[in-house]
Amino acid sequence: MEILQLDFYTQAILSLAALIGLTSFLMLGQGRLLRLVFVFALQGLLLASATGLAAYTLDNEHLYISAALTLALKVFFIPWLIRRHVLRMNMHRDVEALNNKTIVMLGGASLMIFSYYVLLPVISNTTTLMLNALAVSLSVVLLGMLLMISHRQAIAHVVGFMSIENGLFFAAIVSTSGMPMVVELGIAFDVLVAAVLFGIFFMHISKSIDTLDVDMLNRLNEVD
Amino acid sequence: MIPAYLLLFVPFVGIIYFALVGHKARVGRINTWFNVATLLMSLWLAVNVLYSGTILSGSRFFIIDSFNVYLIVLTAFVGLTTSICSAPYMRHERELGKLTDKRLKLYYSMYQGFMLAMYLVLTTNNMGIMWVSMEGATLATVLLVSLYRTPESIEAAWKYFILCGVGIAQALFGTILLYYAAIQSGDAETALLWSVLFENAAQLNPEILEIAFVFMLVGYGTKIGLVPLHNWLPDAHSEGPTPMSAVLSGLLLNDALYAVVRNKMLVDGSTQSHIAGYLMMGFGLLSFLVAAVFLHRQKDIKRLFSYSSIEHMGLMTFAFGIGTPFSTFAALLHMTVHSLTKSAIFVTVGHAAQIAGTQSIEKIRGLINTQPKVGWGLLIGTLAIAGFPPFGVFTSEFLVLLATMHSYPWLTPLLLLGIGLACAGLFRNVQPMVYGARPAGQQPVQANLWPVMIHLALVLWMGLAIPGFLANWFSQATVLISGSAPL
Repeated sequence: MEILQLDFYTQAILSLAALIGLTSFLMLGQGRLLRLVFVFALQGLLLASATGLAAYTLDNEHLYISAALTLALKVFFIPWLIRRHVLRMNMHRDVEALNNKTIVMLGGASLMIFSYYVLLPVISNTTTLMLNALAVSLSVVLLGMLLMISHRQAIAHVVGFMSIENGLFFAAIVSTSGMPMVVELGIAFDVLVAAVLFGIFFMHISKSIDTLDVDMLNRLNEVD
Repeated sequence: MIPAYLLLFVPFVGIIYFALVGHKARVGRINTWFNVATLLMSLWLAVNVLYSGTILSGSRFFIIDSFNVYLIVLTAFVGLTTSICSAPYMRHERELGKLTDKRLKLYYSMYQGFMLAMYLVLTTNNMGIMWVSMEGATLATVLLVSLYRTPESIEAAWKYFILCGVGIAQALFGTILLYYAAIQSGDAETALLWSVLFENAAQLNPEILEIAFVFMLVGYGTKIGLVPLHNWLPDAHSEGPTPMSAVLSGLLLNDALYAVVRNKMLVDGSTQSHIAGYLMMGFGLLSFLVAAVFLHRQKDIKRLFSYSSIEHMGLMTFAFGIGTPFSTFAALLHMTVHSLTKSAIFVTVGHAAQIAGTQSIEKIRGLINTQPKVGWGLLIGTLAIAGFPPFGVFTSEFLVLLATMHSYPWLTPLLLLGIGLACAGLFRNVQPMVYGARPAGQQPVQANLWPVMIHLALVLWMGLAIPGFLANWFSQATVLISGSAPL
């Protein structure tokens, strides 16, 4: 099917999906923490607009609530919280030297292809929209993991963790127009608590090992 | 349904109460009373289910059937006995100056928070809420793992948080796929209810459910501690306060396995194939064997028994994976006896570590001379967990072996090898700790070992003769899970 033959909603969601995928790649190659947090907030904004658009098109009130929740949590609260920690620990000038940037990027690209491959059977009986939306959200999840593997800063790990949550949320919005309200509230609550706990951990880690470089967390080993 | 609501309400009150006054002197005993109350509720619930079968709440938000009700009683029971032991243990730690008032408040409050999350996982009928409360259990316990604020404990807690968080995110993706499959044919509001899904399982798209199950197994499997997703488990168990290790090992792992089995029931109904079972068997067997080997290399007493937990969870996953009525019965029995034995061992181990002042296996010596109760407790517990007759673990492992011989005879040697390896791994470490020469100046500590004795006595009882009502219970659950009766 030609892309121009699709209705406006489908086209818009597909572009947003592409942009969300792109932000994941941007995070992957980002060594500066503040920019990383900024791109993360951008991803949240794209997610919130996709939700808002879905709410408007499907005329679904509870999606409006999800959109508002996403906007509040993922665009404002969590980025603000992480940014505050970065500034407080005086890490905004540090640039993390990422090893093997090229390989990580290529790895990311192959993860995206892999997501399409995994989800092929799901898609065989639905629309193009579903194919792209589910595959992009799975790849956002996998790219979030790759981000956590390739970065060494605890803060980057938290951003990766939260971006995994973004990918899951996008899957829920597009494929099923949102989970039941009570579940969605529960998930939002978990994310909120997790964000606060991460903040507490930053303080404990930096107090105990004087840095947030998780490579320094190496006391517990199988082999002595 | 009233007992189910009360069951959730009591720990909820507990969270708030202990957050306010958790540092007072007698608070350990009050914590015990809270757990007594929930145990009574769970027994009331069990009696209800026994007489009237499966109970669905009015809004179908909660489901109590023969499968989860016995896990609820088990959870309440282990929660109670661990809280009895935790009172003197935490007092001792407070006297040593390892803890402040604030952290005691956190400890008691989150103890109840963890119990609440566990009850919610078990009682809810909504697969989404099951995920939310499973994640809630991680959030409640993560600060308890780092309660002592040593660099090691912070590292362990961080690992636990990140690995379990990322792992369980996969389970959410699986749940979303499940929901996607369900709304193709059903009403969006009720599509995530397990009871509805189970009735209509045959109409769900099998291809989507297969993919969904892979994600769920990886997700909840991280929580079960299946190899290769087990890395967080020995660290979190060894660095946290001992009562926490007991409930993590005895309850959290069980409940994660419970979530996997619930999902397997849906997938089996949809695909009419054995794919979910094969996946569980593979992961389970791998965990079982790898953990048995790792038992030989441990230097920390709590890590030793954490690997033993991985080994047993692997065996249960394997047995549920075989999926015949016989193996399901064995897995249910093994869940029970393992929980009871392992929480008893962890409590004993905690006291042993307090006696020696360290968790290093090489430095713990002569327990049976210093404090015979602790020494004997550890020895008998280890005998039980290693699968010696006449303890219940022997019965259930024997049943798993029989079921394997029946369905997949060529896997039996691997199981026997694993059991032998694990037994050797445990005893080469435990024997010198119990019998070795007593270091000079080693003093007994204040300990309440009654709960340990009760646990071990129950395990012994289940090994000698499974009480009729319990066997009946297991049979009902087996019928529910595998479709027919075991005998």
